Amino acid sequence: MQVLIDIKNLDLYYGEFHALKKVSMSIPEKAITAFIGPSGCGKSTLLRTLNRMNDMIPGTRIEGSIRVGDTDIYGSDVDVETLRKKVGMVFQQPNPFPKSIYDNVAYGPRLHGITKKHELDEIVEKSLRSAALWDEVKDHLKRSALSISGGQQQRLCIARALAVNPDVLLMDEATSALDPISTLKIEELAQELKDRYTIVMVTHNMHQAARVSNQTVFFLNGEVIEYADTEKLFSNPTDQRTEDYISGRFG
Amino acid sequence: MARSVEREKRSKHLTEEWVGRVYTLICVGLLVLTIFSMVYFVASKGLSTFFKDGVNPIDLFTGVKWAPEGEPPLFGALPFIVGSFSTSILAALIAAPLGFCAAVFIVELMPKFGRKVLQPVIELLAGIPSVVYGFVGLSVIVPFFRDIFPGQGLGLAAGGVVLSIMILPTITTIATDALAALPAGLKEGSYALGSTRWQTIYRIVLPTTLPALLTGIVLGIARAFGEALAVQMVIGNAPHIPTSLFESASTLTSAITLSMGNTIMGTAHNNALWTLALILLTMTFVFVFIVRWLERRSKV
Ligand SMILES: Nc1ncnc2c1ncn2[C@@H]1O[C@H](COP(=O)(O)OP(=O)(O)OP(=O)(O)O)[C@@H](O)[C@H]1O
Ligand SMILES: [Mg+2]
Repeated sequence: MQVLIDIKNLDLYYGEFHALKKVSMSIPEKAITAFIGPSGCGKSTLLRTLNRMNDMIPGTRIEGSIRVGDTDIYGSDVDVETLRKKVGMVFQQPNPFPKSIYDNVAYGPRLHGITKKHELDEIVEKSLRSAALWDEVKDHLKRSALSISGGQQQRLCIARALAVNPDVLLMDEATSALDPISTLKIEELAQELKDRYTIVMVTHNMHQAARVSNQTVFFLNGEVIEYADTEKLFSNPTDQRTEDYISGRFG
Repeated sequence: MARSVEREKRSKHLTEEWVGRVYTLICVGLLVLTIFSMVYFVASKGLSTFFKDGVNPIDLFTGVKWAPEGEPPLFGALPFIVGSFSTSILAALIAAPLGFCAAVFIVELMPKFGRKVLQPVIELLAGIPSVVYGFVGLSVIVPFFRDIFPGQGLGLAAGGVVLSIMILPTITTIATDALAALPAGLKEGSYALGSTRWQTIYRIVLPTTLPALLTGIVLGIARAFGEALAVQMVIGNAPHIPTSLFESASTLTSAITLSMGNTIMGTAHNNALWTLALILLTMTFVFVFIVRWLERRSKV
């Protein structure tokens, strides 16, 4: 498989706190990579370095390099907005804008200069279809996005991210605020989307990682302990700490 | 033995309960009584212009000539009404963008400096007595306008500018609270789609906080509408409808403060001033009502 994201010797500091320690790994294209590990081990932190959302936290310092495709995303000539357009993100809590369903999906394309109604209509429909939400909302696109259920809101947020045509989709515990049925829907959706997008998901749920992902990365205290094909990592881990974690002995 | 201790305890609780209840009820009763008697007093005085002195309400609200001691006496209050509304709205037009920008600066751009320096300084403005504002306006703003624009410098523009500084803290404080209360997820969601900071401010922050911002503006207008002293010092106090912002004018409040000492209780002139007061009071209720309505909308 082709490598899309290549992380080399990445160190991240929140002020004095050393949150990521010499992280190196590569993330394959058009596949699902899962980050697992106990709370506070740096999964979200690493995920947020991939679209530079940590830039906004004052006192954050980074060493090492991350390449997405053939750009060094922390290079001086990188435009953060363009990067974020290429690397979309879905958050733990569904966070639709207090606007209509249509305007939520059209938000990104409008930001990036698309104003023609028929183009927007097309993008909105395509994105909502990709997010498996179209059939449920096609008759009331003008309704407030806050009026639909949490699971629908999360799929709306996925549609919103897909609308700017990203290469990568980052999902930070995107199902942890949802009921089991909505969770299942989003897992199925991720399976469909991986043919077209590179997906990186953080999850607390080891079954989810085992069910959905192709690769799994195990973190502990800001370090990558093990990184392998999901099947191998869960059936035959090389590191004792990985085995302890997946067998539920700590964390 | 144990039972009597318990009974004593319970009776102590009961007394405390009753003292608290009765005390609160008395306070609330007094408050309601004060408000009602004030409204009643102002209304009965103000309405006697129409019922006792026989002034036609239409003449009062549309008449442009105010000559209560004239022959015949004329009670056209339109110039004051126009003056009050135009100074307050002018003040809001100046203060609203400033207040919003200050709030964006405090919350979004430089939280450290903003919260430590800018916010306290702006809040300090709220504590300055209005006579000081009037004095500064008279010595700085009026001569400034006199130099650049035709006229004496006194007028609606000077009144509006002075009032805008006075209502800036209200608008800024409410806008700052609204921006700070915005869920962090909304802004992150916008940034994650590749939006710049200003795009996020225009497209997410501003529309989402709009009802709260409007609340601040309406409260500011209400404050400006009721301000008397500072306005009276810089507006010129000519009882007519000005044709320019730099021409002497008058407001409801300045008309009352200027003449109330020269009238005798019970005369038509005195009652007419009460009518102006009644208009002020009614407008305050209207503003409070609008604020309530906006607040309800901002919760949805
Ligand atoms: N803004 C911040 N400033 C300082 N320290 C932070 C900040 N954000 C996170 N941290 C610290 O960095 C470490 C890693 O945090 P991170 O959120 O990446 O963990 P996580 O693996 O996602 O945990 P969880 O599973 O609970 O979401 C934690 O110890 C956390 O306390
Ligand atoms: Mg996390």
